Amino acid sequence: MISEIRNVKELDEAIDTCTKEFEDKISGAHGKRAVLVCGGTGCLSNDSDAILQEFKRLVEEKGLANSITVNHVGCFGFCSQGPFVKIYPEDTLYCKVKVKDVIDIVEEDLVGGNIVERLLYVDPVTHERVQRQDDINFYKRQKRISLHGCSLVNPDFLEEALGYDGFKALKKVLLTMKPQEVIDEVLASGLRGRGGAGFPTGRKWQFAANQQSDTKYIVCNGDEGDPGAFMDRSILEGNPFEVIEGMMIAGYAFGAHEGYFYVRAEYPVAVERLKTAIKDMEKVGLLGDHILGTDFSFRAYIREGAGAFVCGEETALLNSIEGKRGMPRPRPPFPAIKGLWGKPTCVNNVETLAQVPYIIRVGAKEYAKVGTEGSKGTKVFALGGKVNNVGLVEVPMGTTLRELIFDIGGGIPGGKKFKAIQTGGPSGGCLTEEDLDTPIDYDTLVAKGSMMGSGGAIVMDEDNCMVDVARFYMDFICSESCGKCTPCRIGTKRLYEMLSKIVEGKGTKETLKEMKSLAAVIHQGSLCALGQTAANPILSTMEKFPEEYLAHVERKECPAHVCKRLIRIVINPELCKKCSLCARNCPVSAITGVPGKEPYHIDQNKCIKCGACLASCRFKAIHKE
Amino acid sequence: MPIRQDAKEKILAICESHKGEPSPLMVVLEEIQREFGYIPFDVQEMVANKLNVSVSDVYGVVTFYNFFSLNPKGKYVIGVCLGTACYVKNSQAVLDKFEEVLGIKSGETSEDGLFTIEALRCIGACALAPAVSINGKVYPMVAPSKVPSIIDEYRKLEEVA
Repeated sequence: MISEIRNVKELDEAIDTCTKEFEDKISGAHGKRAVLVCGGTGCLSNDSDAILQEFKRLVEEKGLANSITVNHVGCFGFCSQGPFVKIYPEDTLYCKVKVKDVIDIVEEDLVGGNIVERLLYVDPVTHERVQRQDDINFYKRQKRISLHGCSLVNPDFLEEALGYDGFKALKKVLLTMKPQEVIDEVLASGLRGRGGAGFPTGRKWQFAANQQSDTKYIVCNGDEGDPGAFMDRSILEGNPFEVIEGMMIAGYAFGAHEGYFYVRAEYPVAVERLKTAIKDMEKVGLLGDHILGTDFSFRAYIREGAGAFVCGEETALLNSIEGKRGMPRPRPPFPAIKGLWGKPTCVNNVETLAQVPYIIRVGAKEYAKVGTEGSKGTKVFALGGKVNNVGLVEVPMGTTLRELIFDIGGGIPGGKKFKAIQTGGPSGGCLTEEDLDTPIDYDTLVAKGSMMGSGGAIVMDEDNCMVDVARFYMDFICSESCGKCTPCRIGTKRLYEMLSKIVEGKGTKETLKEMKSLAAVIHQGSLCALGQTAANPILSTMEKFPEEYLAHVERKECPAHVCKRLIRIVINPELCKKCSLCARNCPVSAITGVPGKEPYHIDQNKCIKCGACLASCRFKAIHKE
Repeated sequence: MPIRQDAKEKILAICESHKGEPSPLMVVLEEIQREFGYIPFDVQEMVANKLNVSVSDVYGVVTFYNFFSLNPKGKYVIGVCLGTACYVKNSQAVLDKFEEVLGIKSGETSEDGLFTIEALRCIGACALAPAVSINGKVYPMVAPSKVPSIIDEYRKLEEVA
């Protein structure tokens, strides 16, 4: 246990000891072995905590506690294959582990020394079993910078962070760099904000550095509200120390001595691990006064968000920290001039801060080798929806959508056809087949009518109706609009109503025109990005799928068979085996027929299109049209 | 309804523990919400007096954020995720089914006080879509047909208790 790190010598000693220990743990020195169990939220909801406890119990029971360590780690990223268990030094990755499998892993692998083949990942194409994580296609093209240490270090132990590159960057800036040099380095690296807009991080810091003030603040934006994005949470859960280190470096660079983490209350695990990390750093002296014996003092605090999407907007977030309603402020003045409690403030996203220690460690030049001309480094995407490999993916900027969806994501399940990928969440847009070979970075996505956003990437297949998806986003925006600007507050509601009309078959071509003109008003008349981009999901789907909108308003048809008012569920009398199962499952008794004698038939006037019959039919005799 | 004495003391203690912090209103309200499950008007008044802010400010904050509730919720809060990843995998049908089986709408509490249905915005369990969270326990890949058995699970718990 590290007790104090008050000066450089103590830090060097701690890093040496911890690095040695950590390397020994992973390389299996002295015959020891390590069991790592995924403690990310996805795996936790699949009982990974019970798996961890079962390992601990069995290891204890079998008298292996001296030679085998068991602990949880952060998210592995490949969430659809979880819960994960990893064994070192062999580097064996077990997937979809259940509590009842633990005994097999303990007896066959830990005691017997044989790999439990049935729990290895099976490549869906070659059907071969893969033992090592790095040999799985999902991981092959990834490069982990933001997710550094996630799924490897124990996020509750400062010692493990110290053993895996932790605080080397902090030491470097405090001892060998002037604040301006740090800013210059980050500017040279080309790092842009990972929260959405992609503003150059170094320039933001420079603005704040130029302000004369006795107090400045650095705020970490962990209010990850974009539905379908969970990278900030996984980073905070997987290696909170790295984000704190990034925050401290930012603070040093522009002169802030206090930092606030604003994290969603819906992320209790992330909040808890962050709290533990801050406490442990305070205990040893890595947070507080005169860090490492220098003149630099820094304190970090946590504020929990209370479930308002708009608080991801930086000025709304500042109002929320100040205990007010989370409504955006007019800019200028920008937060770097007048931010939290009126003081110069930089608001940086979790992922942005997580990249900072790496940039300092390897240098701006090396960092800038990864990525495209205008977007450097890596970006974490939360790949979700209709894709085989759902999870967190960190790839170099410039990776194409095809690589992301098909090579890493493993393509679309069930042999269905790819239709669109939504990036940028409710502020973004859809990209289609023709965009698949575009290298993704901040600028190309904007040029294609979408945006990077926080990195949510939801894949949709032929069964998704784009009008329905647009309506879904508008419902979201509508309830999350803070109400300050009238065009956004009322306009989004009107847009939602128009879309509702269309999916109910009551829309006309006139409705489409009205939506476009209203969208322009909302864009122009809103104070913050939420309002300015509110209509993007509609505009983007209208542009990319005009024929689908026309089908809804002109022919009153939903080509994807999603919009209930526009579809009929029918039974094919030729295929019907007259078994009566559908009739028995129908909640509104809309299906009639005679068992064994007469084929069944659905009364369209009674049918509520719930799909219960569809799900129950064993002979595929029922379909939507 | 007057506030119980013990609740009053607890609320005052929460306010007291954040004394001197800059703008503690949100933090105080979050703790009260966690402790009691809702923040009725009387409590808002108390907090306003104690923190020396106007009642309208407190009410403004309580009604702005989804995390705060003005009314008590059911013993089991069923959160159906309507985040994008779940929505494209048909979580709306799951929500509809819960509403149908319990006979209440999203945001409402069943008459016996057992169940509240809520539509959630992404709980981050996108790999488990469509996901349902009941008092924090996440049910992965919930098909509408599984809904009745999930509710029965909790009804049985009640019978035993």
